[in-house]
Amino acid sequence: MSKSIKRPLPLLTEENRFFWTSGADGKLRFLQCTACGNYVHPPSPVCDKCLSLQLEVVPVSGRAKLAAVTVNHQMWMPMIEPPYVVGIVELEEQESIRLTTNIIKCKENELEIGMPLEVEFEECEDVFLPMFAPAAQKSKS
Amino acid sequence: MEKFEYKSAVTGLGMSEVGRRLMRDPMALTVDACLAAMEDAGLTREDVDGVCTYPGNVPGAGGFSGAGAHDLIDVLRLRPNYHNSGLEQAGQLGSIVTAMMAVAAGLCRHVLCFRTVWEATYVQLQRTGKIRYSGGGGRLSGGMEYRIPYGAASAANWIGMFCSRYMHDYGMTKEQLGQIPLNGRRNAALNPYAVYREPMSMEDYLSARVVSSPLGLFDCDVPCDASVAFIISHVDAVKDCRRGCGVGFEAIGTANTERVSWDQGDLHYLSGIDGAAKMLWTRTDLKPEHMDMAQLYDGFSFNTVCWLEKLGFCDVGEAGAFLEGGQRIARDGELPLNTNGGQLSGGRLHGYGFLHEACVQLLGEGGERQLPNGPRTAVISSGGGVPGSALILTAP
Repeated sequence: MSKSIKRPLPLLTEENRFFWTSGADGKLRFLQCTACGNYVHPPSPVCDKCLSLQLEVVPVSGRAKLAAVTVNHQMWMPMIEPPYVVGIVELEEQESIRLTTNIIKCKENELEIGMPLEVEFEECEDVFLPMFAPAAQKSKS
Repeated sequence: MEKFEYKSAVTGLGMSEVGRRLMRDPMALTVDACLAAMEDAGLTREDVDGVCTYPGNVPGAGGFSGAGAHDLIDVLRLRPNYHNSGLEQAGQLGSIVTAMMAVAAGLCRHVLCFRTVWEATYVQLQRTGKIRYSGGGGRLSGGMEYRIPYGAASAANWIGMFCSRYMHDYGMTKEQLGQIPLNGRRNAALNPYAVYREPMSMEDYLSARVVSSPLGLFDCDVPCDASVAFIISHVDAVKDCRRGCGVGFEAIGTANTERVSWDQGDLHYLSGIDGAAKMLWTRTDLKPEHMDMAQLYDGFSFNTVCWLEKLGFCDVGEAGAFLEGGQRIARDGELPLNTNGGQLSGGRLHGYGFLHEACVQLLGEGGERQLPNGPRTAVISSGGGVPGSALILTAP
């Protein structure tokens, strides 16, 4: 768990609270349809594949693949200082489930679309923000 | 049954001054543009019986939301049979489609449409403490909570990621992408209201500061202050207007077939474009090769890449090759693109600038920047990342 800076944070609702607090035990969780197995994100009351209303919160491996990436150089908010890396990662369990997140602990010239990543959480107030670091590097540390 | 597109035409064009930090009230800009559009159409406010706008009065939206439909109706004491505004529609040009439908439904004869931005002035007022930032302090919701905590605060970040993926998989180079802003800048030199008119070289483009890789400063459009307005008239009422003719609508594309999302769909193309582009060609016998010009959304250079491909001007993954050298999209090329400089150099008129420019060209009123040989057709678009729309327009 990395220490936090003062970030703008999500409003926690009954629908999304499980997602944003999931990292408390180091695990990433998503909604999964009990009928067809489809993962659903962002949190929603209905499976977008089969329209079943029976969804449950399940832990996932936390492994993902880098699907798109940008290095941000412009300051948008005084509390988050550039440069920093923003990426879209695809979940190992279902690649259509993506998170926009920060890619951490990775040099800019080592960023590569398709690279394996693993979740790490940053605790900010009552929120655990999922971020992603190179999988290999993490296992070494 | 005759398609509804043929029931209406653009009979009036209006535009306020366009600039950076004009320090004018957005309603003043709106009134300028709306009165100009009415005058251009030869109409009075008694003739206007409809009002449509994007996005309307959106609390907390700052310089993005200039004036609402209700505000304008009250300020000008209009008496519309029908009015509408909204953020959730098929792009900024979705409000034009709503006006066309109000006309085709028989509710209105002359609909006033407008889009006002005052982003440059709003930021200046914030910086000087004359207006308080309305978005800060609270927790995030409405979809923003999935991006903003990570500093992914700007569309430059979100679109930068799509552009990186596209370039990675299809091999488009930065030089090829740069043909869009370079072409815009060349065209802006001929446009008196364009914000940036001084020449720009490929070297200037490539050496500009990076905003969010691979997007540099000149891949991002220019926030400005402006209002653009139109009169959309019933075809039977066109004869009552000043010109006695109008710019026709041939087809609209408003379909939204993808997830409304910045990260859950295809990562090669911005969402909200594919469905609109496909629908457009189902409503006409015309083909891409019949288009005499394209005025395609360029909030970021990459938006235009997506529209060019999805509209079928080049094959999947071939936009880089299509743009190579810039000749095809030049004023004298096979597909003159963004002939007023687009939003990259002309200023972020936020969708309405593309309709304005297409009408100016199709009416033959482009002055120094008029395309030669009397263009007869134009394809225009707005959106990408958010649901968009596309329209085909025809000369009178």
